Amino acid sequence: MTGSTMAVQDTNTPELRGFREVQRLAYACAEAVAGQLRSGVTEREAARMQRVWLRERGVRDWFHLPFAWFGDRTAFAGFKVPLQFFPTDRKLEPGMPFILDMAPVYKGFTADVGYAGCLGLNPLHDRLLADLEAHRELILREVRERRSLREIYEDVERLMTAQGYANRHRAYPFGVIAHKVDRVAERRWSPRVFGFGTQALKGLVSDALHGHRDGWSPLWSPYRFSDHPPQPGLWAVEPHLGFRGTGAKFEEILVVTDSKDPEQSAFWLDDDLPHVRRWAEEKVAA
Amino acid sequence: MSTGGVELCVAELGDAGRPTVVLVHGYPDSKEVWSDVAVRLAEHWHVVLYDVRGHGRSTAPKPLRGGFTLEKLTDDFLAVIDTVSPDRPVHVVGHDWGSVQAWEFVTVGRTEGRIASFTSMSGPSLDHFGHWIKRRMTRPTPRKVGQLLGQGAKSWYVYMLHTPVLPELAWRGPLGKRWPGILERLEKVPAGDYPTASLPDDAAHGAWLYRDNVRARLSRPRPDAYAHAPVQLITPTGDSFLSERLYDGLEDWAPRLVRRSIPAKHWVPRTRPDQLASWIDEFVTANESGGRDGGPVQQSVAQSPYAQRFGGQLVLVTGAASGIGRATAFAFAEAGARIVAVDRDAEGAARTAEMARLIGAPAAWGEAVDVSDEAAMEKLAARVAAEYGIVDVLVNNAGIGLSGSFLETTSEEWKKVLDVNLWGVIHGCRIFGKQMADRGQGGHIVNTASAAAFQPSRVLPAYSTSKAAVLMLSECLRAELAEKSIGVSAICPGIVNTNITATARFAGADAAEEERLRKRSSRLYGRRNYPPEKVAEAILRAVVRNQAVVPVTPEARGARLLSRLSPGALRSVARLKPPL
Repeated sequence: MTGSTMAVQDTNTPELRGFREVQRLAYACAEAVAGQLRSGVTEREAARMQRVWLRERGVRDWFHLPFAWFGDRTAFAGFKVPLQFFPTDRKLEPGMPFILDMAPVYKGFTADVGYAGCLGLNPLHDRLLADLEAHRELILREVRERRSLREIYEDVERLMTAQGYANRHRAYPFGVIAHKVDRVAERRWSPRVFGFGTQALKGLVSDALHGHRDGWSPLWSPYRFSDHPPQPGLWAVEPHLGFRGTGAKFEEILVVTDSKDPEQSAFWLDDDLPHVRRWAEEKVAA
Repeated sequence: MSTGGVELCVAELGDAGRPTVVLVHGYPDSKEVWSDVAVRLAEHWHVVLYDVRGHGRSTAPKPLRGGFTLEKLTDDFLAVIDTVSPDRPVHVVGHDWGSVQAWEFVTVGRTEGRIASFTSMSGPSLDHFGHWIKRRMTRPTPRKVGQLLGQGAKSWYVYMLHTPVLPELAWRGPLGKRWPGILERLEKVPAGDYPTASLPDDAAHGAWLYRDNVRARLSRPRPDAYAHAPVQLITPTGDSFLSERLYDGLEDWAPRLVRRSIPAKHWVPRTRPDQLASWIDEFVTANESGGRDGGPVQQSVAQSPYAQRFGGQLVLVTGAASGIGRATAFAFAEAGARIVAVDRDAEGAARTAEMARLIGAPAAWGEAVDVSDEAAMEKLAARVAAEYGIVDVLVNNAGIGLSGSFLETTSEEWKKVLDVNLWGVIHGCRIFGKQMADRGQGGHIVNTASAAAFQPSRVLPAYSTSKAAVLMLSECLRAELAEKSIGVSAICPGIVNTNITATARFAGADAAEEERLRKRSSRLYGRRNYPPEKVAEAILRAVVRNQAVVPVTPEARGARLLSRLSPGALRSVARLKPPL
């Protein structure tokens, strides 16, 4: 663990370039795989497609292995135990929403991205995707205001409720809306536990131990242990909307620094991502 | 017109250039049974009615025996449609024996291409019925035997009609005289110009419908009775003569089947003309537009299991901008109902309406009205009736929270809670309930009470009082409206994760303390995390089953049980202070 992201000030350090590179790679993978999805493809096949695509491009380790959710599983309908997150033999059908979620480690940098799409036309899904934009703005604004993470979590949830949606990131382990990501030591052998890379988990656990002493947590949750201002570092933020069997999310890295300048204190690592481009295109079209 | 040795009386309504809808009446009826439905359909379609041979103003075949076989009835039908719509397939609608005949029409080869759609109510195909009985006789599991016996008991009149002479004597004698009264009393058919004076003759002749066909078809059902047109099946759930189970597995015979169910008794064309006309209209429209480019299409009926009951109905929900109200609006929308979302919060109501349209509501509107404002509610009711129609299901859900000790609650706060929680419900029931009752075609009212209605608590005196009043109001109203076929249900949710805590008043607390309490209680409710969607599900179920009081959440069910078994236990719970 380098911990060097704590001091990031410049938006273009080699450090951030590394994270940006892997995040773009992951989104490129998501777009490539999404483009290949056809009616009848199963979640397992979609997960494998992501894994193969990234392996071919040099990814050797993972924060977590790729996930794929189809249909009402995008809204985690009926999820009771974490094992249900793993890909199943659910087949994709026309009009079905899907989510691809992967967290590759590339050259020691971690990304964690989520890509929501839909096979064919689905006006409801379009609506959910469009409504995610407000959450991206809200989160950045409130992090810059240095609000407590727990409060921001509750504000996001309130906005989702006002929009008529259910907060589905509550279904994630610890109900997190975000978690810290960091550099990962490149080892020749990095086994995985329940789909999570041990190297990356090691980083998260050590953060959790340090944070516990200092009163913060690498998990951004609705609980008391997240009742602290944003901790500098890189956060993979993943607001996840659910609406009666249709779910949508994005996931990308938010950089938090200890700068006094609000603009510099927090910013999205990259603004050239599929969902952001989509919102911009919609605005132009309108 | 004359055909096959009889004179048929045919009536036409509406624009003859429009697609034709043929209405076929049942037993013991004449075409007048359709009068209310026909005028409604005639606004959009060319409506054709005829008296079946031996009924109304059509003459009877001679001899009667053998003159009423389904083959001859099919000849009549073909003769009628060849005259009224020679070059365009027609849409058939049948009730009772009209439906039995029409099943024959859509399953025989010689009408292929002449029928665009078929709407069936209360009349199964005798062939399907025969197979239905055979399947149950050959493998008699307890359930199947039960189904057989159930339908067997409902068919008592069929056996009677097979006796010689007696039925004719009864119909021409006392039964014919008493029949209108029986219909009114037992079947809730509104009095008026129906049944017509020809009833004794219709009923006497029509006995031959049974004698000529039932035994023959039930013992040797045709093996190839597949429908060659899309079928819409409307099942009255209170039918005393036909079991709903008769239509199990009907999809095997009619692959393009759309199911509808309606809480009513056998004579739906008399008791529910609005609903029938709207479903027929929808089905005919769907199959007309599809007919142009190839085969007819089945309209996209919503996927919800409640779609067959609520499709196309008008549902008004108050407090629909959030929480249980919003979830309820969405659940009805998913079932294909039209939604009026009412709330003080105009933006939230509009949002609910917008999302409702996205998930299957054919239409949805947001209305900004404060339910405690009587004049505004009156205005809303007038506008809804004029623009969208009479409400089929009313959900009085709007409510606000007020916590705090009785001694610290001001009279202003009391007034406010009662205004919304109780008066809002009273206004809704009074104004919309009256419209429902005046229409006389049934409906349902759901009032959202609360587990607090039977669980006393030292911290919720005003809220609990208002909800207890709503519960009792619902019970009284249920008793009164039962004779109008309007059901009333009270829903009593326990702790449900909605924003009622975030907007609740806390009596005796200053602004800062109130904010803290709101936050604390919101988190508590969040941790309980019982989703409003489950309450919505319970509401739809309550309407379908016409349940009186429905506690939702385990704590509400527990409290309801204790309130009967040991109210003392509830009184001890009432003394506890919640950990806020």
